[in-house]
Amino acid sequence: MKKHVALFLAVLLSTGTVIAETARQKGLRIATEADVRDSGWGDTTADMVMTLRNRTGKTSSRAIRSKTLEGRSDGDKALSLFDTPADVKGTAMLTFSHGLKPDDQWLYLPALKRVKRISSKNKSGPFMGSEFAFEDLGSQEIEKYSYKYLGEEPCGKGWKCHKIERIPAYKYSGYTKQIAWIDTKEMRPVKIDFYDRKKRKLKTLTWKGYREYIGRYWRANEMSMQNHQTGKSTRLQWKKYKFKTGLSNRDFNKNSLARQR
Amino acid sequence: MKKIINTAFIFSMLLSHVAVAEWSGNVAVELRGFFSQGAWPGQGDGGISVSAQPEFRRQWDGGNLGVTFIPFARLDSMDDERSHADIRELDFLWVKGDWEFRAGISKVFWGVTETQHLVDIINQTDVLEDIDHEEKLGQPMLRITRTIGNGGIDLFLLPWFRERAFSGIEGRFRPPLVIDKDLASYESDDEEQHLDWSIRWNQSISNLDFALSWFQGTSREPLLLFAGEVLAPFYYQLKQAGLELQYTGEAWLWKLEAVHRETTTENYNAFVGGFEYTFVGINESAADVGVLLEYNYDSRDHLALTVFENDIFAGMRLALNDMQSSELLAGVMYDLDFNSKSFRLEASRRLGESYKLGVEAHLFWDVDPLDPMYAFRQDDFVQITLARYF
Repeated sequence: MKKHVALFLAVLLSTGTVIAETARQKGLRIATEADVRDSGWGDTTADMVMTLRNRTGKTSSRAIRSKTLEGRSDGDKALSLFDTPADVKGTAMLTFSHGLKPDDQWLYLPALKRVKRISSKNKSGPFMGSEFAFEDLGSQEIEKYSYKYLGEEPCGKGWKCHKIERIPAYKYSGYTKQIAWIDTKEMRPVKIDFYDRKKRKLKTLTWKGYREYIGRYWRANEMSMQNHQTGKSTRLQWKKYKFKTGLSNRDFNKNSLARQR
Repeated sequence: MKKIINTAFIFSMLLSHVAVAEWSGNVAVELRGFFSQGAWPGQGDGGISVSAQPEFRRQWDGGNLGVTFIPFARLDSMDDERSHADIRELDFLWVKGDWEFRAGISKVFWGVTETQHLVDIINQTDVLEDIDHEEKLGQPMLRITRTIGNGGIDLFLLPWFRERAFSGIEGRFRPPLVIDKDLASYESDDEEQHLDWSIRWNQSISNLDFALSWFQGTSREPLLLFAGEVLAPFYYQLKQAGLELQYTGEAWLWKLEAVHRETTTENYNAFVGGFEYTFVGINESAADVGVLLEYNYDSRDHLALTVFENDIFAGMRLALNDMQSSELLAGVMYDLDFNSKSFRLEASRRLGESYKLGVEAHLFWDVDPLDPMYAFRQDDFVQITLARYF
């Protein structure tokens, strides 16, 4: 009998913890699940066109090719190769991301053939004059944020989304918080609202045109960032997504930046 | 003319067949104005100059084989000697696993500091292009690279020496006497065919990037000997051990370049070291401001032919991080021995999608007659460059 009571208590306690899962625990659980679902892709390459638009509608574009190697124990390694504007053609950026630790970053300047190690403190700074900050484009490791589950909401196209608050845990972020919408079915990011250091709504990022690759990984072919305070916006259009192309650590060497094309 | 264009077209069509092939490059117009009359007779007061640098690249086998061809030419209205042409690059690349092989005319850059490029020795400096010694002549070489982690070892065999070219009688940034490069002489009997060689190991460990290098061969910088009415370059044999070091903190960059050099007549050391601290997002804007401080030392002291024997450079870098990539670098070099001062400014901004406007200025003041910079004391100038990239 005593045994049964103990078992009953154990069941009660364990279900009790499930029921009592805090908003923080649930937020972290969903972020972890999204991360687990999007892991194991190995390496990926893609072509991107970034279109900058100012308040008056004037546009400027940059073409960038990217190569990414998934990190197992550490963060991802990424290589960005610039094709346009013509004056930066051949410029390459190599990033080793490390979760909470600052990223390592090298820039190759083709005119001088110079490889420069650059400081990565400038996480909140704009990437190539766009509305995307470096921190928006970096590898999204779980430990980079603390999470809080806010509820479930419809988020367009008949999708349902988890609404989660994310607070950056890394130093030098330009944001006090982010509100992210992640679809409940495939755990894809749909929208993020960014709040600036004065807690005002600064930007909104939306993903469009999701496609599934190698039967498992979802990638959007368009990401749009709208700045609510300046009226400027930036659109990223992705093409030629390829997975498991056989990239290795060897392809992410600061010495080889000069020959990357 | 039409025939040449047709041939060029067919040639480029052949080259672009199947593999990834592309032409890019730039053409530029440059206006230079000097504020004062030259210190030496015959010097001009400024002029217009045009340059072209087309770049051809072709790759095969996913980038494991490649050819690069980059010719360069400039026409200058003020100084006939500054009208010059060069093959910056014409090389063949073969990548096999962790090994890279390059053969042909090529260019490499070594270094971390901003004031001067002390360790950088593979390529001859194109001093006609710019007084900051950042433009280089193409160097014939065989280069073998073994990548190791995030770094590697490079071995260079340099079978042909490139002589430095100097300003003509009309040109600025020259000593009172013109340097006649046709009178060049060498310490080695092999003259420009002396086989120079070099090895460099570079690695990145956590926040530290470093490189150790050894060079043995013909000095890129000549001694200048009196030869009647002109000066004649003398290229001596040199052994150089080099160190490059950079510590990258969150906002701090600490930099050091040091060399030990041995020639048949002297042994000496030189270094340049300092920091760059960056303030990001100035006044809630996207702009970054960096402050730089570097100290330059040469153990030859006053005997040094360099202007960097005991000098401090204090400067500022501004990056607006805007759509046009607007940037500015400005600073003052102060000579602690002679109290000579010089100011330099470089700024650039993209116009539209394919033009770039550049402004450069150098000012010299309180230059002591014993300072090697004395010869340039009247050469304050402003230069505006408009380049079209394609």
